[in-house]
Amino acid sequence: MADLGNIALWIALLIGVWGCATAFVGGLKGRPDLASSAERAMYVVWGLLAVASLGLVYALLTHDFNIEYVASYTSRNLPLWYTWSAFYAGQKGSLLFWAIVVATFGAVAMLVNRGKYRELMPYVSGTVLSVVTFFVAVMVFSENPFERLPFTPPDGNGLNPQLQNPGMTIHPPLLYLGYTSITIPFAFAVAALVSGKLDTGWLHAIRKWTILSWLFLSAGIVLGMWWAYVELGWGGYWAWDPVENASFLPWLTMTAFLHSVMIQEKRGMLKKWNLGLIIGSFLLSIFGTFITRSGVISSVHSFAQSSIGYFFLVYLILSGFAAFALLALRWPQLEAEAKLESMVSREAAFLFNNLVLIVIAFSVLWGTLFPILSEWLRGTKVTVGPPFFNQVNVPLGLLLLFLTGVGPLIAWRHASTANLRRQFQWPVTALLVTMIALVALRMGDGWAIGTYALSAFVVTTVTQEFWRGVGARMRLHSESVPLAFARLVGRNRRRYGGYVVHIGIVMLFVGFAGMAFKSDTEATLNPGQSVEARSPYGHTYRLQLQSISQFERQNAFVTQATLEVYKNDRYIGMLKSEKRQHRNSLNENTFEPSTEVGIRSDIREDLYVVYAGSVQGTEQSVFRITINPLVWWVWYGGMVLVLGGLISMWPGGGGPTAASRRRAEPAGYVAQVKE
Amino acid sequence: MNARGKFILGGALILGTVGYLMASGIRETGVYYLTPAELSARIEQDRSFYNVGLKMGARVVKGSIARDVATQTITFRVTDGTASYPVVFRGLAPDTFTDEVDVVVEGRLQSDGTFHATTLLAKCGSRYENAPHPEGTPRTQTS
Repeated sequence: MADLGNIALWIALLIGVWGCATAFVGGLKGRPDLASSAERAMYVVWGLLAVASLGLVYALLTHDFNIEYVASYTSRNLPLWYTWSAFYAGQKGSLLFWAIVVATFGAVAMLVNRGKYRELMPYVSGTVLSVVTFFVAVMVFSENPFERLPFTPPDGNGLNPQLQNPGMTIHPPLLYLGYTSITIPFAFAVAALVSGKLDTGWLHAIRKWTILSWLFLSAGIVLGMWWAYVELGWGGYWAWDPVENASFLPWLTMTAFLHSVMIQEKRGMLKKWNLGLIIGSFLLSIFGTFITRSGVISSVHSFAQSSIGYFFLVYLILSGFAAFALLALRWPQLEAEAKLESMVSREAAFLFNNLVLIVIAFSVLWGTLFPILSEWLRGTKVTVGPPFFNQVNVPLGLLLLFLTGVGPLIAWRHASTANLRRQFQWPVTALLVTMIALVALRMGDGWAIGTYALSAFVVTTVTQEFWRGVGARMRLHSESVPLAFARLVGRNRRRYGGYVVHIGIVMLFVGFAGMAFKSDTEATLNPGQSVEARSPYGHTYRLQLQSISQFERQNAFVTQATLEVYKNDRYIGMLKSEKRQHRNSLNENTFEPSTEVGIRSDIREDLYVVYAGSVQGTEQSVFRITINPLVWWVWYGGMVLVLGGLISMWPGGGGPTAASRRRAEPAGYVAQVKE
Repeated sequence: MNARGKFILGGALILGTVGYLMASGIRETGVYYLTPAELSARIEQDRSFYNVGLKMGARVVKGSIARDVATQTITFRVTDGTASYPVVFRGLAPDTFTDEVDVVVEGRLQSDGTFHATTLLAKCGSRYENAPHPEGTPRTQTS
């Protein structure tokens, strides 16, 4: 099977090159025979990569340790689910995973759109194939997952224990899906530029794709945060590490695009900008891969340093140059059809939203690259950490939160004073009431007060939209509340899905601001002894060490600390935190001992206990106890965000055509119904 | 002023503020990132470089790690092959911290030549690669 996979990769390379060439030549020379050959090449490459993927999965599941990749990432006693996840846990396998996913998206895009966008499709298939072929080339020339060893070891190394976590089995593929699916919008953008078909056709074709890749990126990032939180044991979920930043960057530019594209649809503005955002997002996804795999920037997370980073750097430069050259070529054909008429308008709110998102992206990129930049400019590496990113991004984040409330409610073109009063009197009231209440409750952190006040503002705007929308339907169609609600959302999925996303964003902000109040306590305890930790809400936790026990598990030797938890001296439950020494089937230790954090989570705060180890030969044990307020809101905010995204892109009624038929009406659907 | 002009003005205001925040952020929170060799070269040039906050990236010397669980203090040596420094760190080390692993320590070099670290980050070649390699199994990366 493995050899078959290897052969499939080589054939995929050849057919990929053929498909690329025929696609572009076929499109430019108007030769439909070549164009359809390229289309078939897309399907064939997909099939070959599927064979290669199956080959690798088969080798993993059958423990073919003669294959270096299998021996490096799995062992006989690794649970089945994690054996499967080893497919994308290592460098080589993840390249194959990446290639098959892009090829799958490409083939699906081809099947869905081949009839509708005939002029675009040759270039779409050519662009997607060029990306896939690049990945296949990296594999066959440098990082072949099917490489064999000169001998067959009796057992493999096993999977890094930190990756043996349910979150970690889903987080990388989701992030890869997010990164890779940007390829499709990028391919359509390139196709629009090459073919000169720059009307809104290509925008319609990619609308769902952009939401899809945004959705995958969002879910991937939040899951990564969750994994870092429950698995790494440092008490937080976001450290502004270069690899985290690399996933955040395309998310920011895609978020900007999802907003600015509405301006192009409704008002024919921002055409160049939107093309630039799509190209930029694609380049940032490749840049993320380069950062993660080259080791040019030191990160706790990066893959082993290897030369393949430079493949990506060269690819990044070449594809960036080509795409922006195309954009420059079509520049004169991309004039705006309308002008910004007023600063008090939805266009202006969206423009500022885009500006803020891009400025955040720029500052994150700058901070991430600063070690390299400072070395070039001043000869010394200077690094910046979380204080830099927080100082810059907290004010920008609050401005963005404010615009999240303003954008959807303010009128297009020019908002009248009446419109402003009608839309914003309640949200502004909520903002002020929250602010006064929090100051009265003596909340000590100004940024947190700002965050919660703006959160109340945004939630009120969204609630008001739902309230008025449901009310209008009930009056007009005499519908009951649930029916009116369901139809309101169902018939305007993109819009109301967007509101749900906004609620998710608010919940995330609520959680982020909670971290301003986190507290740490360290303690050394003998069994029977206890330690107290004070919550920012005023109550006190007392943790009493009950016992330290040791036992064997399928692939690990576990030392477990059990603590009794008392809240204000009332017993509320047990917490367990573990140190695990992982072993392979020959009972040899693999990896360093890993920590399992004990977490007790509720809507208000998390009690987060790390067992750091015991003094040799005794039961005297060291713990770090962290109280993290409002972390719950981050995870559930992430879920609400994904739910909103799913509503927005659900196929059927209320989709693109219905949305684009409603042109710039003064205050959206509700006003249209009432007037 | 027309709307476009106002937008550009507003945008410039945001950019200016952010530019200021970024510049001051780098000035106030940026720290040097040095290898032991670079650090010792600097110290020789400039004695006042003791007790300056910095990050040092190096590899843990095999067998040098001593842990005192009771006081939660870890002492070890780091090297880049040229220069070497003893490091004292109080706190919980990450799971990946072990012999011959690449670490980044943040802290200050004391005048007695020991490096007092306030944070300790360890990287195991990568989070996706293995750290120790028992006999008979292949070494995948030699980074």
